[in-house]
Amino acid sequence: MSEAINYQDRPWMDPDAEPFIKVQSVSKFFGDFTAVDSVDLEIYKGELFSLLGGSGCGKTTLLRMLAGFENPSTGNIFIDGVNMNGVPPYERPVNMMFQSYALFPHMTVESNVAYGLKRDNLGASDIAQKVEEVLEMVELTRFRKRKPHQLSGGQKQRVALARALVKQPKVLLLDEPLGALDKRLREQAQFELMNLQDQLGVTFVVVTHDQEEAMTLSTRIAIMDNGRFMQIGTPTEIYEFPESRLVANFIGNANMFEGRIIENGPDHVIVQSKQPECLFYIDHGLSIQEGSKVWVALRPEKITVTKESTASGSNNTLKGMVHGIGYLGGHSTYRVKAGDTLIEITSPNQSRPKDGNPPIDWDEEVHLSWEASSSVVLTR
Amino acid sequence: MNDVAETTEVVQSGLGQRILRSLQTNWKRLIILVPFLWLLIFFLAPFFIVTKISVSEAVIQSPPFTPMIAWAEDGAMQIRLVFDNFAYLWDDPLYAKTYLNSVMIAGFSTILCLLLGYPMAYAIVRSSHTAKHILLMLVILPFWTSFLLRVYAWMGLLADQGTINNLLIALGIIDQPIQMLYTTFAVYVGIVYTYVPFMILPLYANMEKLDWTLLEAAADLGARPMTTFLTITLPMTLPGIIAGSLLVFIPATGEYVIPDLLGGGNVLMIGRILYNEFNANVDWPVASAVAIALLVVLVVPMMLYQHFQSKADGAT
Repeated sequence: MSEAINYQDRPWMDPDAEPFIKVQSVSKFFGDFTAVDSVDLEIYKGELFSLLGGSGCGKTTLLRMLAGFENPSTGNIFIDGVNMNGVPPYERPVNMMFQSYALFPHMTVESNVAYGLKRDNLGASDIAQKVEEVLEMVELTRFRKRKPHQLSGGQKQRVALARALVKQPKVLLLDEPLGALDKRLREQAQFELMNLQDQLGVTFVVVTHDQEEAMTLSTRIAIMDNGRFMQIGTPTEIYEFPESRLVANFIGNANMFEGRIIENGPDHVIVQSKQPECLFYIDHGLSIQEGSKVWVALRPEKITVTKESTASGSNNTLKGMVHGIGYLGGHSTYRVKAGDTLIEITSPNQSRPKDGNPPIDWDEEVHLSWEASSSVVLTR
Repeated sequence: MNDVAETTEVVQSGLGQRILRSLQTNWKRLIILVPFLWLLIFFLAPFFIVTKISVSEAVIQSPPFTPMIAWAEDGAMQIRLVFDNFAYLWDDPLYAKTYLNSVMIAGFSTILCLLLGYPMAYAIVRSSHTAKHILLMLVILPFWTSFLLRVYAWMGLLADQGTINNLLIALGIIDQPIQMLYTTFAVYVGIVYTYVPFMILPLYANMEKLDWTLLEAAADLGARPMTTFLTITLPMTLPGIIAGSLLVFIPATGEYVIPDLLGGGNVLMIGRILYNEFNANVDWPVASAVAIALLVVLVVPMMLYQHFQSKADGAT
């Protein structure tokens, strides 16, 4: 990866930027079933955009509509300013990498990659040169004469990628691009994919159900559920500022507390929760009436566990009993019971336990505390 | 005494165990052995008998051919192999013409079956789950009626006073009946009608396994539907095409009933010649030679195909 994404790499923040892909109130019905429910989406040039959601949430249907395999029941899709309604897949400036890779089993790696170029009526020497270049890029030159069944999963994935990229599409669609790879290979392929995207500047639209994959890869993520977008934003936005309980629970874990707003200042709110009894001081304002019911989401890693009370005030602290410890090497997870509520905490193991005694043990009384900027108020 | 009895028992149980164990390890071979024996007895043995008859001479006695092994007066064994029958097939242009005609009729019928069966198989595979089963059932349904009966039904349809001619005359499209029965056309109709399921079923089995995302991938890479068909669908379904074509071509070449009933005396096919040599001429040796020659005509291209196929597989 090059340097972290700088400001001009966030075109969605720029009010003058024209979206490259524009999805306008698109719905897709299969009989009675609504796969995609009037969604709007704008994706900008050079983005690596992820559609994230569980199975049946409509993410694949949306991708297939971008590729042209399905037509929207209602609404329009524009790619680079052209309305794609009724444009068949073979005339769209997009290419897709299929989840199953869909390599042609009766052709060699070379012929697979050349297939799309031949359809463009390029000269033989042009094709040979482009195939050569792309095979070099994905480091498969040695395997050019092999057939797909003679390749490993990772090699197949790279052939599929090469075959789609060699056409120099304006948009590359990837359906669960790393889903069929094992864990180690997946991490490597993830970074290769990001590098390639960075080098080529092609707009990537990725469908995935793997939140970790979406978090590492994407410039922005759209979280889908029941054919609708729950939230669209950068990985940080979605993790730190989920807009709903559903998103907070979908991306990472969150402790959820139900409460009422008892104080609503311009730069802070105070939420009182009954179960467990606790006052949450949160340092972001909220345009909501005092007394209304809200939820407070608190990420497990944002809570500090200590044996002695360190907090100065009574806000943002809880007392509880250690109910379970999961030692995971790099970090430990604690389950602390405060009142009747189990609270999950993850905390890094920064020093080795002395004399084999863990710093915090089962059934010990502990104090939990967190910052004013650690929790988020959710209204739905 | 006791000791001896015990020893035998041990030996017996050891033997039993050994048989059991060899059964466990060799059951696959045993399962193959049964159809293998069947083919040996009912296919290979008759084949050798026919081959033997084909190298004998016709005589008026029972059986109507000379024995291959005879004993001379001095007790010496004589083996007589007569290749005249094959020479006769070669010399008489009737046979060459008939073979050629059979192969041509079978070949064209195979192509017609393919042209009809391929789209049908494709449509069946692409139809919904319930429709699929109904359509497959319809393909198999004709087999529930006797083959002979169905050919007779075609005679009724195609005859000069048959259903089709009567209908056309009643509609005023023609004045005189068109002769369809006892023509090559009728033979084609009969063969294609009879054998098209044998084309559809292997094609269906092959297409059912086809990964349809490959077609989407081709379209995604810029291939128009026709190009996708020629570069992906056709090569991927080639095994089904070959299997179906062989299943149609081979029996159609030796077909007897259809050319006899629908072609009358006008269409020469090898099955009819074979029948005539056996029954009308009572020339078993020539008839056997005709059969052997037919086998060669059919087996040689098949073996060549097998050879190239295994070579192509080995190359990948």
